[in-house]
Amino acid sequence: MIQDQKSKKGAVTGLLFIAIVLLLVVLLENLSAILPAGSVPAVLMPTSQLFTVLKKGAVYSLVAVSMNLLNGFTGLFSLGQAGFMLLGAYTYAILTVPVSAKDTVYYLYGGSAVNFSLPDLFGGVDTPAGLILGVLLAILLGGCVAALFAYLIGLPVLRLKSDYLAIATLGFAEIIRAIFQWQPLGPVTNGANMITQIPTFNNFNITDANGTVILRLSTFFPFLIAIICIVVIVMLINSSYGRAFKAIREDEIAAEAMGINLAKHKMLSFCISSFFAGVGGALFAMFVNNAQAKVYTSTMTYEILLIVVIGGIGSISGSCLATFLYVACAEWWLRFLDSATTFASPTAPNRIAFMVIFAVVVIGGSALLIHRERRGSNQVWKQTLVGLVAILLLGWLAWFAATGELTLPLLRTGFRMVAFSIIIMVVVLFFRQGMLGDKEFSDILFARRRNAGKEATK
Amino acid sequence: MNTENILHLDHVTMQFGGVVAVNDLSVDVNKGQIVALIGPNGAGKTTAFNCITGVYEPTNGLVSFCGEPMVRNHPQGKMARGYLGEHGDLYTARFSVEDPEAKAAAEAQQDPAVKAQMQADYDKALEERRSKELERDPLAFTDKVLSPTPDKITQLGIARTFQNIRLFSALTVFENVLIAKHMRAKQNVFSATFRMNKAEEQRMREEAMALLEEQNLAHLKDEVAGSLPYGLQRHLEIARALATQPKLLLLDEPAAGMNPQETQELTEFIHKIRSEYDLSILMIEHHMDLVMQISELIYVLDFGKLIARGTPSEIQNNPRVIEAYLGVADDAEN
Ligand SMILES: Nc1ncnc2c1ncn2[C@@H]1O[C@H](COP(=O)(O)OP(=O)(O)OP(=O)(O)O)[C@@H](O)[C@H]1O
Ligand SMILES: [Mg+2]
Repeated sequence: MIQDQKSKKGAVTGLLFIAIVLLLVVLLENLSAILPAGSVPAVLMPTSQLFTVLKKGAVYSLVAVSMNLLNGFTGLFSLGQAGFMLLGAYTYAILTVPVSAKDTVYYLYGGSAVNFSLPDLFGGVDTPAGLILGVLLAILLGGCVAALFAYLIGLPVLRLKSDYLAIATLGFAEIIRAIFQWQPLGPVTNGANMITQIPTFNNFNITDANGTVILRLSTFFPFLIAIICIVVIVMLINSSYGRAFKAIREDEIAAEAMGINLAKHKMLSFCISSFFAGVGGALFAMFVNNAQAKVYTSTMTYEILLIVVIGGIGSISGSCLATFLYVACAEWWLRFLDSATTFASPTAPNRIAFMVIFAVVVIGGSALLIHRERRGSNQVWKQTLVGLVAILLLGWLAWFAATGELTLPLLRTGFRMVAFSIIIMVVVLFFRQGMLGDKEFSDILFARRRNAGKEATK
Repeated sequence: MNTENILHLDHVTMQFGGVVAVNDLSVDVNKGQIVALIGPNGAGKTTAFNCITGVYEPTNGLVSFCGEPMVRNHPQGKMARGYLGEHGDLYTARFSVEDPEAKAAAEAQQDPAVKAQMQADYDKALEERRSKELERDPLAFTDKVLSPTPDKITQLGIARTFQNIRLFSALTVFENVLIAKHMRAKQNVFSATFRMNKAEEQRMREEAMALLEEQNLAHLKDEVAGSLPYGLQRHLEIARALATQPKLLLLDEPAAGMNPQETQELTEFIHKIRSEYDLSILMIEHHMDLVMQISELIYVLDFGKLIARGTPSEIQNNPRVIEAYLGVADDAEN
């Protein structure tokens, strides 16, 4: 009984939190229209990076959580997320290109083999019913197609040791990407070309008769879908099946001895995870306004994996938090790493600012890492490594300050990815638990007592 | 005295490559009995447990549970050629109870009347032998293979603990026990996720809680299982096994790492759970005091082979056992 009240209270708090987030999103999105013209800061303009980050963050957090369900909660390691996203994206795109646009989109193949469109079946993309029903149904089907493929892969592979799942799904993702670009499938997949003219997030903005936007919902929509899906995943994890998944993660042999059918539960987890990856893929197609197979590379899977690892394997809120951090860095805050920078003069304020920030980041970061290692496992080589890197970086900074050099080295297209690689190495070496470990944000917020002895006995 | 058979192992052999870990082992556990399986290190005791619980598919042999054949296999494929054990034909269609000599003698008989009589006698004897085999193994004279997965066997009513404790160590004590209730819950993944049958979830929780209270573990329910002291982990593992509502409990070295006083308490504990939960118990144990005190029947394994079977006093005085096992144990203790 006590358990029940506690979970009810948690559910109410959770719902309240979700409502506030959704409300904030709508407010943020429409602030530019509410505030008097001229006083709107650039960040809040609809074209701002902020909204790109929010939209992509919503989509990616769903995919990251779906990956966490499998990797973090069931202990199965799959690397096929991009493949399942591709299936979701293509299913969505193929089913939603308006009939009237098919000839233009598929002009290389003289029209599409799929001669209907879900939104058109319900009255067209321009009517609310057609848009909402058509899009939702297509997203749902995208998930189902991904789940179906997961089932087919799982049948032979889930019987094997779990390492094979990673290899098989990675291979599957590569193969599926090639198949979708295969010319003979052109009338369905549009070959190597993208499928365009599909309903996107912007279609959900409410416009008046003249076509001016009166209420923006283009960020709200992906948030809504992602949140609904994540809530379903959380409910699954907190159900009896979720406990069975965790049991499998903890110890397969013991789980089986407790009467848990391994094959069935692994398959369930794999299919459900892939279903939501497919839904995420459909949302991703909406986000980028098209479906194109060559986007869904293994790099995308690694991005998601990076997010899951940074957020903490086995923590849903960790995954969400890490997603927004990652996407913000990748799309916005760390963009500057990709463009060559030359300062105006040795004493330019931005040059001074750069040097100060650089010094603070290096000294602060290395001090934090060394302190952590001291407290924890006290591995001397790690401390030495951090110290050496810090000294090297500071030495470079001193040289940079002394010589009056104006151009920052290394900053050019692609350096951002190098920076990410370094970040993941740091995470793997020093923060294997990720940001939240396997705890949830609420556990930390309300400082619910967790057993401190847990690490000691491991 | 009720002598209803709960577990019956018939000529069970487990061969790994060229190693015969369990060799032609036959064991019986009757209802309400506490039976011990002992033997030196590496004798194949744990492997025998794994054959009963479906972790391994035995190379040859039959395991019946409550009179029903549960596991049955004969050497197949590559193993059919490399099989080192005995009775390789016993569980195949090749197995036959024909007696060629008697048959030939009957056929060679000249006098038609005597011949008919001999033929009838032979047929009768054959039929008797056949029905005896069918009683021993209802699937006799067929190639039928039964190899259920461990979860199916747990659902039938066999629960076990492990030699090196296998708890779900990151989960709480309560969750560890609650997981055992999952297999019998009337729900599917959809109804469970969307909380369509709250009564079922409530029932599972109440049953798990009741069990924890019976086991005096209720105050620890929110502790992380991996953080418990060793003795409590052993206790929790037994409690978790009981939560699957077994008829037969297999304990793999429950007293490992316990001091004499704890071992004494364990003896009482095992007696208690046997009567409270209406169990039959088969256990592997190295502590001779415990074994001699508690078990009604002892099986002794050495190099995979059964070398003795009997009551504690019979076993204590059996020279082969003393040679193979007790001598070794004495050496180890000194
Ligand atoms: N999966 C396996 N593959 C190969 N050999 C195995 C396997 N499992 C067990 N064996 C071998 O079978 C033999 C019996 O092992 P088992 O674990 O059953 O012994 P045990 O009687 O339980 O010993 P202990 O008292 O040390 O627990 C050992 O020689 C072991 O090496
Ligand atoms: Mg053993």
